[in-house]
Amino acid sequence: MRLKGTQILKEVLREEEVEVVFGLPGGTVIDIYDELLGSEIRNIVVRHEQAAVHAADGYARAAGKVGVSLVTSGPGATNTVSGIASAYMDSVPLVVLCGQVPTYLIGNDAFQEVDISGITRPCTKHNYLVRRVEDLARILKEAFHIARSGRPGPVLVDLPKDVMCARTRYRPVERLELKSYRPVYDPKCKPLARAVELIGRSRRPLVLAGGGVLLSGASAELRAFARKIRAPVTSTLMGLGAFPASDPLWIGMLGMHGTRAANMSTASCDLLIAVGARFDDRVTGKVDAFARQAEIIHIDIDPTSIRKNVPATVPIVGDCRVALQKLNRLLARDNGSPPESRQAWLQEIDAWKRGQVRYRRRENVIKPQQVIEELFRLTAGEAIITTEVGQNQMWTAQYYPFDEPNRLITSGGLGCMGFGLPAAIGAQVASPDRLVVDVAGDGSIQMNIQELATAVQYGLPVKVVILNNRYLGMVRQWQELFYDRRYAGTPVDVAPDFVKLAEAYGAQGLRALTPDEVVPVLEKGLCSRKPALMDFRVAREEGVYPMVPAGAPLTRMLTAPGEEDLLEGPARRA
Amino acid sequence: MKKEEAKKQVLSILVENQPGALARIAGLFSGRGYNIESLAVAPTMDAAVSRMTIMTRGDHAVLEQIKKQLNKLINVLKVVEVRKRRSVQRELAMVKVTASAEDRTELMRIVEIFRGRVVDVSHESYTVEITGKTAKIEAFLELVKPMKVGDVARTGPIALNREPL
Ligand SMILES: Cc1ncc(C[n+]2csc(CCOP(=O)(O)OP(=O)(O)O)c2C)c(N)n1
Ligand SMILES: [Mg+2]
Repeated sequence: MRLKGTQILKEVLREEEVEVVFGLPGGTVIDIYDELLGSEIRNIVVRHEQAAVHAADGYARAAGKVGVSLVTSGPGATNTVSGIASAYMDSVPLVVLCGQVPTYLIGNDAFQEVDISGITRPCTKHNYLVRRVEDLARILKEAFHIARSGRPGPVLVDLPKDVMCARTRYRPVERLELKSYRPVYDPKCKPLARAVELIGRSRRPLVLAGGGVLLSGASAELRAFARKIRAPVTSTLMGLGAFPASDPLWIGMLGMHGTRAANMSTASCDLLIAVGARFDDRVTGKVDAFARQAEIIHIDIDPTSIRKNVPATVPIVGDCRVALQKLNRLLARDNGSPPESRQAWLQEIDAWKRGQVRYRRRENVIKPQQVIEELFRLTAGEAIITTEVGQNQMWTAQYYPFDEPNRLITSGGLGCMGFGLPAAIGAQVASPDRLVVDVAGDGSIQMNIQELATAVQYGLPVKVVILNNRYLGMVRQWQELFYDRRYAGTPVDVAPDFVKLAEAYGAQGLRALTPDEVVPVLEKGLCSRKPALMDFRVAREEGVYPMVPAGAPLTRMLTAPGEEDLLEGPARRA
Repeated sequence: MKKEEAKKQVLSILVENQPGALARIAGLFSGRGYNIESLAVAPTMDAAVSRMTIMTRGDHAVLEQIKKQLNKLINVLKVVEVRKRRSVQRELAMVKVTASAEDRTELMRIVEIFRGRVVDVSHESYTVEITGKTAKIEAFLELVKPMKVGDVARTGPIALNREPL
């Protein structure tokens, strides 16, 4: 069968069971858009290509599938870069299809030509420029395979216009021959046995769950593991939801804005079992002071994550799920050290837990944390939450406890403002029956607010909760603490009237000015059948606490100035 | 992690001959702040595969990370650490020397001692070819320095581990 490049693309998308493509057309992809028109593959057309990638990211995480974007060459391609970089750092499986000028013009500075493979080389798992239509099917199949296997990530495929219009004989690709790409899923036995030995000896074990637990679908295995060894569990931002927040063994998130219990326990644990985490600097604080007394068992499918930032006593290369299954089996056989010996450790941790930093509600002004707490209550903790970046993101992590995996979708590694709304749109496409809420800052939301039009156009009733402090709040907080309150560049008083703006887009707009308006506005907004944007005017200079200053040891946690009394319990002076 | 002394290491890398593969490897080094002291690349017997020899520098942890990062690249087939002993290493240099009449005999003597060859002659200069370990090339350059040395082209070391006997 002789098919045109665009038809081959459609065939492969079908074979890969792609149901939706997020994108925006342009000269070099008209042929592809034309081909997909009227097919069963749904096209969601966004208003900016960055949003196309974030939406594919949100979709991928909510659906557990590969997200696909389709954009034109030149500016369409360059607009995707932030989205790709975010997905790369968070290991989200994406295939980004970019149009390209015809092969005979490549290198000529043709209109809308840009070397997008060159630009994205350091922020994709792999990328391709397709030079011959004969290679198209194989490359597309490889792209999907690479994106979803091993440590997932974005793969970009650059599609020159003439290649997509050329014809060739098409046979479905049955076998991929990637000679040098064979991710290791199955960990070796020896380190597993070593791990069991260390676990048996440990009196103060701590489990750290990262995004890898979610990516490998290992939540159930993690729960069984932690319960079996009776170890407290913390997680990275990306790992929230990997372990139920309602479980007594849960001690909260680790790191710069982590809980007292989590941060303190890393300093005195004697064994740290890291599962699918890569020890980002926001997680470790001062790395030389991190988990000084602990031996580290590090499970990760990506060998480069192991021993990159912290030493590992026992490196275990493999899929988190497979590794935990095997560990659980070995532990079931092992009747060594009785878990009772860990009682003292768990009691110590409980004391830290009771000493957790809280916030204080006020009568006349809305506290941002309060909005999140009410959001949690009204959604029974069951919404899919996306976030923007900054204080809003951290308050969400602190005050919306997640019991299930894949309910928090956030730009963790890149911290990319403008992520939340398009990601919510993608998540809503994946889960039409779920409530999807973007917790936003007034700064970040303006980076992709045009996507309200997309939500309205496709009837995607996403909700946006703006914690409006009229500041680039997280940066302001750093200035308050470390720059003598010199608020250079952070006040953003000049902002649109978000309610009117929402209405102008055809969405619902709501506003809360006082604490007693919080619940009614949330109720109304969350129940709306339309996309709804809720503007909560919150205490302007509220901070995220506790906070570990960048580069300080995790035990150096700051509390809100003047509110040290909010911190009770034994570990007050660290 | 502990800081220890950086040492030189030669890596021999087999890489698929795909467009962008070289850029990917070079970009990995520059993007992550690793050091490339020299790089030589050419196809192997299998035209689809090239061998790259990279001389880099770093402490143990950095070198381990470089190897892992290289292996992570989809086009990289194999990364081998070239051993200090039990390997053969060679570099080729071409050196243009403008030797005055009285220097010429001395130059020819040095070339002979280093088992080099004169590969081009003109009225003004000799072009000398010399192969050997990097240290030998450097010794040669040191000796001819007092004469007028013009362009120098060096391949950087290429290397293979010896097979066990
Ligand atoms: C694209 C991008 N630009 C700049 C930053 C730096 N930055 C981090 S947090 C932040 C403030 C965000 O302000 P807002 O969305 O209002 O959130 P808030 O912290 O006030 O909740 C900024 C500017 C970033 N993370 N991403
Ligand atoms: Mg703000």
